[in-house]
Parts: sequence; C-alpha cells; structure tokens
Amino acid sequence: MLTFTIRRLILSVPTLLFISLVIFLLLELAPGDPMAQVPLTVPPEVKEKMREALGLGQPMHIRFWKWLVQFFWIEPQVMIDHFFGTTYAVGDLRVISWQTRSPVMDTVVQRIPQTLWVVGTAYVVGILIALPIGIYSAYRQYSVFDQCGTFVTMIGFSIPPFFTGPLLIVVFSVQLGWFPFIYDTTHSVDDWDSFLYQLRQMILPVMVLALQTTAQISRYMRASMLDNLNQDYVRTARAKGLSESVVVMVHVLRNSMIPVVTVIALGMPAIFGGAIITEQVFSVNGIGSQLITALFANDLPTVQTLTFIFAMLIVFFNLIADILYGLLDPRIRYD
Amino acid sequence: MTDLSNQTPLAPPRSQWLNVWDQLKKHKGALMGGGFLIFITLAVLFGPYIWTLDPQKIDYRARDFRPIYHVLFDADAKTAWGNPLGTDQLGRDGLANLLAGGRTSMAVGWAAMLLTLFIGTMVGVIAGFFKRLDGPLMRLTDLFLSLPILPLLLVAVTLFRQPLHSNFGPEGGMFILIVAIIGITSWMPTARIVRGDVLALKEREFVLAARSIGTRPGAMIWRHLLPNVISPIMVSATLGLAAAIITESALSFLGVGFPSDFPTWGKMLADAVQRMEEFPERVMLPGIAISLTVLSVNYLGDGLRDALDPRIRGR
Amino acid sequence: MKIKALLLGAIAGTALAPAAFAERGSDGHVNIIYWQAPSILNPYLSSGTKDIESASLVVEPLGRYDQDGALVAYLAEEIPTVENGGVSEDLKSITWKLKSGLKWSDGSDVTSADVKFTADYCMNPEGGCAQLAKFEGVDSVEIIDDLTVTVTFGEPKPNPYGPFMGGQSPIIQMAQFENCTGAKAPECTEANFGPIGTGPFVVTDFRPNDVISMVANDNYRDAAKPAFASLTFKGGGSAMASGRAVLETGEFDYAWNLQLAPDVLAKMAAGGKGTPVSAFGTLVERIEMNLTNTSPDLPEGERGTVMHPHPFLTDLNVRKALSMAIDRDLLVEIGYGQAGRPTCNLVPAPLAYASDNTDCLVQDIEGAKALLDEAGYVVGSDGVRAKDGVRLSMLYQTSTNAVRQDFQALIKQWWEEIGVETELRNINASVFFGGDPGSPDTFQRFYADVEMYANNFDGTDPESYLAQHTCDKAPKPETQWQGENMNRYCDPLYDELVAELGRTGSLAKRGEIAKKLNDMLTKESYVVVPLVDRGRVSAHANSLGGVVLNTWDSELWNVADWYRIK
Repeated sequence: MLTFTIRRLILSVPTLLFISLVIFLLLELAPGDPMAQVPLTVPPEVKEKMREALGLGQPMHIRFWKWLVQFFWIEPQVMIDHFFGTTYAVGDLRVISWQTRSPVMDTVVQRIPQTLWVVGTAYVVGILIALPIGIYSAYRQYSVFDQCGTFVTMIGFSIPPFFTGPLLIVVFSVQLGWFPFIYDTTHSVDDWDSFLYQLRQMILPVMVLALQTTAQISRYMRASMLDNLNQDYVRTARAKGLSESVVVMVHVLRNSMIPVVTVIALGMPAIFGGAIITEQVFSVNGIGSQLITALFANDLPTVQTLTFIFAMLIVFFNLIADILYGLLDPRIRYD
Repeated sequence: MTDLSNQTPLAPPRSQWLNVWDQLKKHKGALMGGGFLIFITLAVLFGPYIWTLDPQKIDYRARDFRPIYHVLFDADAKTAWGNPLGTDQLGRDGLANLLAGGRTSMAVGWAAMLLTLFIGTMVGVIAGFFKRLDGPLMRLTDLFLSLPILPLLLVAVTLFRQPLHSNFGPEGGMFILIVAIIGITSWMPTARIVRGDVLALKEREFVLAARSIGTRPGAMIWRHLLPNVISPIMVSATLGLAAAIITESALSFLGVGFPSDFPTWGKMLADAVQRMEEFPERVMLPGIAISLTVLSVNYLGDGLRDALDPRIRGR
Repeated sequence: MKIKALLLGAIAGTALAPAAFAERGSDGHVNIIYWQAPSILNPYLSSGTKDIESASLVVEPLGRYDQDGALVAYLAEEIPTVENGGVSEDLKSITWKLKSGLKWSDGSDVTSADVKFTADYCMNPEGGCAQLAKFEGVDSVEIIDDLTVTVTFGEPKPNPYGPFMGGQSPIIQMAQFENCTGAKAPECTEANFGPIGTGPFVVTDFRPNDVISMVANDNYRDAAKPAFASLTFKGGGSAMASGRAVLETGEFDYAWNLQLAPDVLAKMAAGGKGTPVSAFGTLVERIEMNLTNTSPDLPEGERGTVMHPHPFLTDLNVRKALSMAIDRDLLVEIGYGQAGRPTCNLVPAPLAYASDNTDCLVQDIEGAKALLDEAGYVVGSDGVRAKDGVRLSMLYQTSTNAVRQDFQALIKQWWEEIGVETELRNINASVFFGGDPGSPDTFQRFYADVEMYANNFDGTDPESYLAQHTCDKAPKPETQWQGENMNRYCDPLYDELVAELGRTGSLAKRGEIAKKLNDMLTKESYVVVPLVDRGRVSAHANSLGGVVLNTWDSELWNVADWYRIK
C-alpha cells in the first residue's frame, strides 16, 4: 500500500500539470472579456488600453508559463515568508486577479473561514445524519421509518437550493424573524454570545446544504447496506452467535462503506469549493462566490488558480478514497 | 427412488424474467411508481393535444389568475375555469405550461440520465476490471471532475450551437447540446462508485470460480459484475434524473439553455421563486411534478433491485 | 449634548431637524448593501459602477452632479463657468480653485499637486486607466498656485467638465499613489484597497468582493458630519435578497439598484421596514435593428458587414411597423413600474437635450399591418409575411435577465400578430456585453436581426453618446468587432451634424442639434427603437434620513448628510 501511495503521489504531478494545461486552454477558448462589466459609457479605445495593461496582448504560452512560475514557485515562497518571517518572495509578482488587482491567494485565505464554517459544517452535519438514516432504513427496509426517510430525502434532493434557500428565508427570517439571512463575514467569535450569533447566522445555509448531502449519502448507504445484509457471511456471523449490533455495525457496515467512501471523497473538494447558489442566496461570499464572480467578470487568473486548487483537492481525495478501499477490504490490491 | 421418475414437472420451467416480473408485481412501491411514471409520460405526451391552449399565448388581461381550487380559501380570488391551474405574470396558462414543460424536462432528464449512466458505468466497470486501464481512466475522471463547468458550456455553445441549430432547428439543436453537456459533466461520480464496487467484487470467490471455468471478460462483466453493482447504479439513476432536470434550468439561467419562450419544469420553478409568497402554486406545481417523478423512479428502482436479487426474490 | 440637541430639535419643531444639530458620529452605525460587491476602491482601476459608488464614500471629486443634474462644487470653491471666468472664452481651458483648509484623512493638506497628480496617474499610457475618456482632449494640467490648477484642452471643449467632475474621477492623494503609476498601478494593493481620501468615511477593512468596514473621517471638512460613526458596506447576493434585507427584515439600512419586477417590489415594500425610492437618469432600454445581413450562409468576414445589407430591415416601413406594434405602457407596467416610463427618445434627459418626440407611445397593431401591406409584404399561408420570397423572420437576442425575457415574450407576441416570425435567444451577460472578438454572441458582433439592451451616458452632455452612431464607429472584422454603432447605421448627414455639435458652444444651439440627431435615429429612421426610460430604484430603511437618490452621480453622493431618524 505504501509503494502504491508513493507511486500515485509521484504520478499525480504530471497529471496535475496536464490538468492545469487543459483548464488554461479551456479558459482561453471560452468566449468572454474581462471588460464585460465595465460600463458601456467607457469607449472601446479605453477598454483596449485596459486589456493591454492586464497583459492580454502577450502570447498564450508565455502567459501559461508565467502562471506556472507564479503559482508553483512564488506562491509557496510567500507562504514560507508568512509562516517563518523570511523574505524570499519580496518583490516577486504573485498571481494577481484582474478584477481586484490583488493577489488571488490573499482573497482565498480571507474566504476560507466562512467557507469552512458554512459549507464544512453542512457537510459534516449531512454525513452525520445520513449514515444512521441509511443504515437504519436498510436494516428495517420498508418500515415506516424507511418510507419516511425515502420520501423526505428524495424530495429534498429534487428541490433545488435556489428554492429551499428563499423558502427558509421567508419562513425563518421574514415571518418569524428568528435568524438573520445576510451572513456577516466580519463577525468574529470570541465569547459565548458571539458564538451563539455565529450559530444563528449559519443555521439557514447549513440546513439548505445539509439537506442535499444527507439525501445523496443516505441513499447510497441504504442501497449498499441492503446489498450486504443478505450475503452469506452475515448469516454465518449470526449463526456464530454474534450480537445483532456487532453483525450490522461491524461486519455489514464495513463492507458497505466502499460506495459511501467514494461519494464522501467526491464531495470533500466541494467543501473548499463552496456552494455557489447557497452562498449567493445568503450572501456568504465564500470561495464559491469568489469563483462565480471571477467567472462572470472573466477574471482568468482567479478562475485558473481556484479551479486548479480544486483539481489538486480532487486528485488528493480520490487518492484517499483508493487507499481507504484497501483498508476496508484488504482483498483489494493495486499492485 | 422410483417415485421420483413418475413426477412430471407441473409447469414448464419459468424464465428468469418472469420471476423478476412476479416479484416486481408484489412490490407496492414499484407498482405505484411505475404507474405514476406511465401516467405522467402519457400526460406530457398527449396532454397538449387534449388541453390545446398554447403555453406561450400571452393574455395580459388574464394575468396572475389563481388555480381554481384557491376559491376554497378565498372566495374573491381571481380564477377562471379556462385556466384551471391559474396563469403567470404574463397571463400564460399554468396547465398548458406544466404539460409542455414536462415534455421537455422529462425528455432532457431521461436522455441525460441514461447518457450519464452509460458513460459512468462503462468507464467504472472497465477501470475496475482491467487493471491496466484503471490508472488512465481514473486520471481522466479526475480531469473531468476538475473542469470548470461554465467555461466548458460557453465553449460548447460557441463551437456547436450554429451547426446544431442549422441541422436540428433551435429547439432540437439545443436539446442535443444540453443532453450532451449534462451527460459529459456528470458521469464521474457514477464511474468512481461503480469502479470501487467492482474492485471489491472481482476479488470475491464467485468471480474466481467463474474465471477458473474460463469465463471471458465480456461475459464476466455482463453476467457477474454488472448484476452485482446494480443497486448503486439505481441510486445514481434516481439522483441523476433529479439533477438533470434541475441542471437544465440552471443552464437556461446561465443563458445556455433553451430559448426563453420554451417552458421547462426547472425554469418554471426558478422563475416563480421571486413570487412564492403571493403565488405559492407556481413553485409548488412544477416542484411537485419534479419530486413525484423522481420519487416514482426511486420506488421503481427499489422494486427492480429487489426483484433482480435472487436472494430476496421469492422471499 | 444629547439634551441640547433634543431641546434645539424641539425648538426647531420638526422631526427632520435633529440631523442639522447632530455631532459627528452621534448616530452610531449604518449598514449599506449592494448586490454587486466592490472589487477595488480605486475608481481608476475599477471594472464597474459598484466600485465607483463604494469609493465615493472615501474619495471625492472637485464637483458633482446633484439629483437634477446641476453641477455642485465639492472640493472646489465653486464650479468654473465662462461667466465667472473659470472657463476661458475660447473654451480651451478651465481653472479650478480648491477650497482652502482641506485635509486628507491622514491629516495632510490637499493641494493642487494632488489634482495634477490625479490627471497624470490616469493619463499614464501604461496604467490602463478606466476613466481615460474623462481626460480626453486634455493637453496639460498646470499648477497655478497651491490651490489652483488649470486644465488646457487641445481643442475648444464646449463641455469642459470631464476631468475631476463626478464620481468617476475623484482626486487621489499624491503621497499615497506616487509609486503606483503606470505599469505598477495594479501592484499597490494596499493603496487600491484603502485610498486616503477627503470623503466622510475612512476604510478600516476592505475584503474584495465581500465587505468594507469604515469609520467616520476625523478630518472631514464639516465638523458636524457625518452623523454616523461607522459604516458597513456589504456586497454580494442578489437584488431580491438585498431588497428583502432592507424592506422586510430591516437588517440593512440602504439597498442599491433593486432591479425587481414591480409587483415583487410592492410586496416587499408592504413589509413596512423601509421605503423604495426612484429617480430617472438617461438609461434607455431599446431595441436596435441590424442593417446588415447576418445569415450564417455568408462567409465569415463578410457576414454582418456593410457588404451585405439586411434583406428586409433596411426597409424603413418594416422598422416602423415593428416599432408601432409595441405597447410601451404595458412593458413599463410589467417590467419596471415606478422605475420606468415609456419613451420614444434615445436621449430622454436632461430637458435641454430631450426631444419632444412622443409619436411611438400609442400601440397601433392595425396601422402596422396596413403599413406592411402597403409596402408589399403579404401574409403567407404560415401567417408570416413575405415579399419577393423574403420572409419576415427574425432572430431577437438580448442578455439573460428575467425582465428582458418577459419583454422578449411580449414583443414576440406582438410581432407575430403583425406577421413577423421571431426566434428568441438570450445570452449570458458576461459574454453578451464582453468584446471578445472570438465570440459570435457579443452585442457588438450582433449576429442577429434585432437586439435589446440598455445604455446611458455619463454626466449631462450627450455629445459622445450621440457620436456613437457615426459611420466609422460600426463594428467590423478589421476593428476586431469593436465599435459602438451596433446597427451599422451610416448617414453622412448625421456624421456632419455630430461634427457640428462638437464645434458648437452655445447651449441652446447644442440642444437643438442633439434633438435633431436623436430624431434622426428614432422617429425618422426607426434604426433605434427606444422602449423604456429606466429609472433607478433603491430602498432605504424608514429610520434612515437624508437620502436623496441621484442618478447623475454616485448614489452615495450625499452620504455625509445621512442621519438616523429617532
């Protein structure tokens, strides 16, 4: 397993380089103009000058090379400088956003807290609810609990967040007045009261997001459990006199986890990626909204950098999933 | 011993599929789900011939009508028998839109879902079964997972809209483009899930047994592996259908979808969100239609899965 | 102090008076929400209105336009005119005099060097300044003394109020931006995110595309203002959410530009926490007719150029009939409500430049049909008119936006009624309004027969706006499809008149020419079919006083006068 992990880690370097090239070419090919949001009252000659100032006149391969150097060489130096107080990167040009004219990574760092608070909490809450629902629904298939679970999760999944978000706002913010719905990103948690406020402002977006996660994961959990509950080894385990809880929670659960681990691993990068629609509905302004505003403003350096960070996370978590397969089912071998 | 020779089979041997059908018939959820699916398919296919009002006909004198049942709560509500489900802010008939929208949404949903399942399952099984292809195919999956969807859409529209438009007309061309885009951008989870299961399955004893009697890879996949990964595929199918119907509306929001005068359930829902307090029916009707369709597919899938599993069958 | 204020308030006997006696910072905190989030606080590097408006809390120009479009001195002693000698007789120079005793928020003095530096900063060829058009024609900016500068133009400028006037060209501090000129402009993140200004507020924390925190400026020139001690400027979300936050839940005090359907807005306003306010400027939603043929069968390079005239939109009768079929009153009622009024003019305001053209306001479907009949377009078996084998079948494009899609549906229905087949297309705004020469979907390229969008002009002078329709401004392959004359309209007479407008100094005469130009494009040729004069709707909390909505300048132009109604 160790050699496999090392081999995959080494292999992921060319993979990621290739992915970054594909993303770059895709963004180049896509129609769009960083001047799209400049008011129409600004004449075309001025827009042309502004484009030149952004470096758009340079040939494609030079811009790609510049981005590679900035992202892989200068940004890590900036990080080292930040943590150890060194001065390796002073004066070097970092990846600069066209929209804000500031380093992209600074904005990313600024937005990680609210993204993790909201999207991360929602994901954890979603998983924590989904697993028991999935397990129990399968164990008592077609019971009232199972039927209700199916009903709620399927409706939850088929109703999009652009509807559930405003619905919750109307009910809990407008009618009842319990929770604020414009997320305050400057709020800092330093005592009990501010923590309570943080909980109140998080609860609506977390509910919307957790609903989707719960629906998806609990369905896979249930299906996978059902597959395993009728296997011969379960009968053997029961015949051995193992208690029902050990049979279900140890033997069946472990063997049912493979698809669930896959789905959870696929969702992990999305925690950092944020949730575009929900973030917009509640003005959370996390990384999801950073990406979408950059896309609409054709801010290519930001889009390229963010997409590439997601790509790294995707490759990383899929590797984790592959390693977990081997731990869950030792028969799986990659060598 | 001699007694046995006298015993003739009471009935001819039954085919496997008949058994499956028998089991499916016993599954209430599956029957109801199937029934509803047939009903809604027939409704959207033939409904517009019975309810012949043009969904795009604007009658602004008759705008903001409530559905007729609304009279039950509010006797003064603006209603008309000519518009049993009310009208929207431009006076377009709700029922006609629901039927026309359903036709598009169902077509897009099913086509995109099947395409997703086909690509996902194929990639997943091949990657899981053939060790040598695992690496390249999974890196390809990583690549597709990483692609930003909006630029991809814009590139696809720039490159393909004009040729598709001239060959298949504005709606037909857009249909193909949308189905292809949804298919191409959503097969990856299915592929990874199927691969994960296949990786575990192929180390099981029955696969070893099958291999030892010389089963070819094709038959191995078809007869032994696919039937055993059917349940995650079914879940993917149900979730995929819902996702496809919703994604279609997100696409038209991004300006990449059907022309704006072409109703779909997702778009009706998205347009009505603004006014959901005054006119809740405008979100409820398409919302319920999507949810019920997805629920029926889910129950049908449950039933099918049970029926296909020989260990459960006949229980 | 509080008691004193109360007493004085009681004496003044009016509920609105307390603000006048309030102390700086006595009204606590104010929350503003813009559904587009500001990306940068330097208007010269900005990419949109949101940045300019948020920056107007911090940096100020020499003069602004007020709610009626009149010029008001801000940092300047007074607005220079020919009458008071500030503008030279030959219209070639303008002399601005700063108020004395002005201080930057860091305590240093504002001098004419800062004003000159501002011009140099923007006019630097490598800087990519977004407001360069404001400085068009400027030959030099000279420092006369510590408080006086003279701007000299190369040619007579009938409207010399480009530089240093309005929210787009505020004065920035030389000491702060000295090392940020030219190619280095984008590197000065700290300065771009927290410019030192003369405005009522000072930035304490700027988070790009998210939120800005500000406190009152201790060195603001009016010791009693601003009434608020601190301010939060939140960005992002949607018009729906920001409207709700002010009108229904009261979480915020001011929401900008609520582009919502009138019934939705009315429902929110019934929430009782706030009030929508509206005002009109020069923004006109219009349909532009393409005079060239954009059939996909034509080879690239010739498609959509003057080489191939449009098969039927070149016919005045068709264009006129299309305009006659539209009921503008209904469009306003459905799309804009109090924030819109029907118009037939490209230049709807100010009064001196607005033509009295109203002949399009009444819908006339029968008249349109008759006109097409007369012109020889006969209704075919499919209900679509045709003449000499040319069917009246059009592609109608616009950007993605709920109101525009409703307009498309309505107008399509009217046009089909008069026998014109219409196919609708909506395009993502960032592609549609972008100038990517590689994309076939931009509004400049105009690969459609008609398109709908809104445009306006800065300030109160429509000269450059009307000059957009001269022959040479037509987008074509040779210019990478850049240009502002989307219709490819070309009339030598029009070009001549535009040139004359550029030479004319007298306001009355200018108004006359502008009206004539407006009429040539609209009621005489129907190349541009104006639909709605779009106002601006914003909303403020009922407890926020002093809001005067201004469409000629930044909406936050008088934020120093805002106060809390107690």
